[in-house]
Amino acid sequence: MKKEHFQENCYVSGHTACAGCGQSMAVRIVMNTAGKDTIASNATGCLEVFSSKAPESAFGVPWIHSLFENSAAVASGVETALVHQGKKEGINVIAQAGDGGTADIGLQALSGMLERGHDVLFVCYDNEAYMNTGIQRSGSTPFSASTTTSPSGKHSTGNPRPKKPMVEICAAHHIPYSATSSIANPKDIEIKVKKALKIKGPKYLQIHVPCPLGWRSDPSQSIDVAKKAVETGLYPIVEYEYGKLTKSRKISSPKPVSEYLKLQGRFRHLLKDAKALAEVQQVADKNIEYYGLK
Amino acid sequence: MAQAAKLCRPGVIAAYPITPQTHIVENLSQFIADGELDAKSVNVESEHSAASCVLGSQAAGVRSFTCSSSQGLILMSEVLFCIAGMRLPVMLVCANRALSAPINIWNDQQDSIAVRDAGWIQLYAENNQEAVDLIIASHKIAEDPKVMLPAMVCVDGFILTHGMEVVDIPEQKDVDEFLPPYNPPYKLDPKNPMSFGLLGTPDVYLETRYAIQKTLGDVLKMIPTVGKEYQDKFGRDSLRLIEEYKTDDAETILIAMGSVCGTIKDVVDSQRKQGKKVGLLKIVSYRPFPKQAIKKALDSAKNIGVIDKDISLGSDGALYSEVKSVISSDKKISGFIAGLGGRDIKAKTVEEIINLSEKEENSCRFIDLNKNILWEEFKTI
Repeated sequence: MKKEHFQENCYVSGHTACAGCGQSMAVRIVMNTAGKDTIASNATGCLEVFSSKAPESAFGVPWIHSLFENSAAVASGVETALVHQGKKEGINVIAQAGDGGTADIGLQALSGMLERGHDVLFVCYDNEAYMNTGIQRSGSTPFSASTTTSPSGKHSTGNPRPKKPMVEICAAHHIPYSATSSIANPKDIEIKVKKALKIKGPKYLQIHVPCPLGWRSDPSQSIDVAKKAVETGLYPIVEYEYGKLTKSRKISSPKPVSEYLKLQGRFRHLLKDAKALAEVQQVADKNIEYYGLK
Repeated sequence: MAQAAKLCRPGVIAAYPITPQTHIVENLSQFIADGELDAKSVNVESEHSAASCVLGSQAAGVRSFTCSSSQGLILMSEVLFCIAGMRLPVMLVCANRALSAPINIWNDQQDSIAVRDAGWIQLYAENNQEAVDLIIASHKIAEDPKVMLPAMVCVDGFILTHGMEVVDIPEQKDVDEFLPPYNPPYKLDPKNPMSFGLLGTPDVYLETRYAIQKTLGDVLKMIPTVGKEYQDKFGRDSLRLIEEYKTDDAETILIAMGSVCGTIKDVVDSQRKQGKKVGLLKIVSYRPFPKQAIKKALDSAKNIGVIDKDISLGSDGALYSEVKSVISSDKKISGFIAGLGGRDIKAKTVEEIINLSEKEENSCRFIDLNKNILWEEFKTI
């Protein structure tokens, strides 16, 4: 990528993400909101692969990737080094990972980073499975989604477990800010990144990002698919401050979950199975009640 | 060792408690708490994160220190390869300890040997004075802009880490003169954005490995030079590729690394008094491996006995295999596995090894086996 492309953008096109990749859209918003005075660490995963094939990089900010599970620990080191040098004021440190690098293999390092109070914003791009390795189930895969390691079949309706509640797990560390957002509402991502970066201390932001390949959805519909997840109550948009739920995005008339599920091949098996469909509806209903979405 | 690390003025220290390494990081924490060391200490939640944290801080341009042992080093191993691959001169002290199972907190060198292929400089100390010297001196090589590779100083757990010895701790002023502030040719800096840790496709990966190999070859040449510089300043030649102890006319030469070399020197001295031509070749730099220096040092030897405090199970001791690959075939060479899991290597053991080295060749002979506790079918061996 040529230098002039980076003059206004901290993350530029020319990378090799799939068409309709929600993660790539979200990264652009996060990076451009954070601005030039940012250092980003990155977990192994789709983002790292499609953005940074040597000798090219889509990132216009200093960026470091080392492994799958240690984005939070590397960011802890970067932040500590900046504090030691007296340079932390004015420089944002952002740790990035997919949902596997956050909720599964990266959870320990993330918890350590939150507990130790590093001034780092951790961003989880939640596409709800291990997409880089070929759509395997993660702890963040939603209930009943069919993945290559939780396939639907005669004896299976897909993933048997609900999503790991990462936003609450992070909030339980009583950190200043833990929130969800969605590519459904780019402005919301921008507002939350700005808000988070104004707060000193550890912050967590989880962004719902459709993966057309893994979700088997229309690449031109990624934003609409993400919107339906929010409008049905399946992806609650919430904010926690110091461990308490302080805001939740209201959905006055929730749509039936089938409106979200029917857009994606990973849920296709549910549409002809009234019982299984009802169970997913229950997940949405519980979310609406639990997070006060109405 | 904590004093030596402190003299190098690290800016970030991250380590996780593990016996017998722990008191190094405890002492460093106390130095920081008492205002004697201007550094940030990160109490990470695992060794994996300790190594990841110093990877991040070193990449951000700050001299960084970590230490570990045994399981901790193995948990770090994924990150160790990454630190070398990203050309970050992190400093690590390994308090050598056996690996599970069975769990065993005592000394051998299996842990650092298991990560010998990671691309780190690996130096082995015979005593605490050497540990102090190697920690300080190796920084200078690791951080050389032409090198930019991490260094691991290996010290035998308990034998050295919990041993009481009088050591000369250099003056801060002298260390500052010897070791300038860390000024890396690249770092994470918004003023000059760079990407670290890119995806290396088959088009570029091979060259990254070639580059590390080439650099370690250069380190082989730098160790004697920097060692001389260190000696001129501090009076000790601790940093060197090998130490030849009475090998000039020796017919039988033992080869070993670390604290056991002290015991071997005693045995060599007493056998010399009896007129036996024996000597010791101590390996200080295991990575890079000084093939030419070893070959030359073994010139006069007819019998060679290599002591490994490690084993590549299913093959031989690591040091034995590597020494065997560089010597000429007219020499008799035997490999001995000794001291695993903290089993004492006494003078008597060393004498036995000398005797066995002079008899028929063995590639992997276990020394001091207690046959009484072996399973029945192994007792005949």
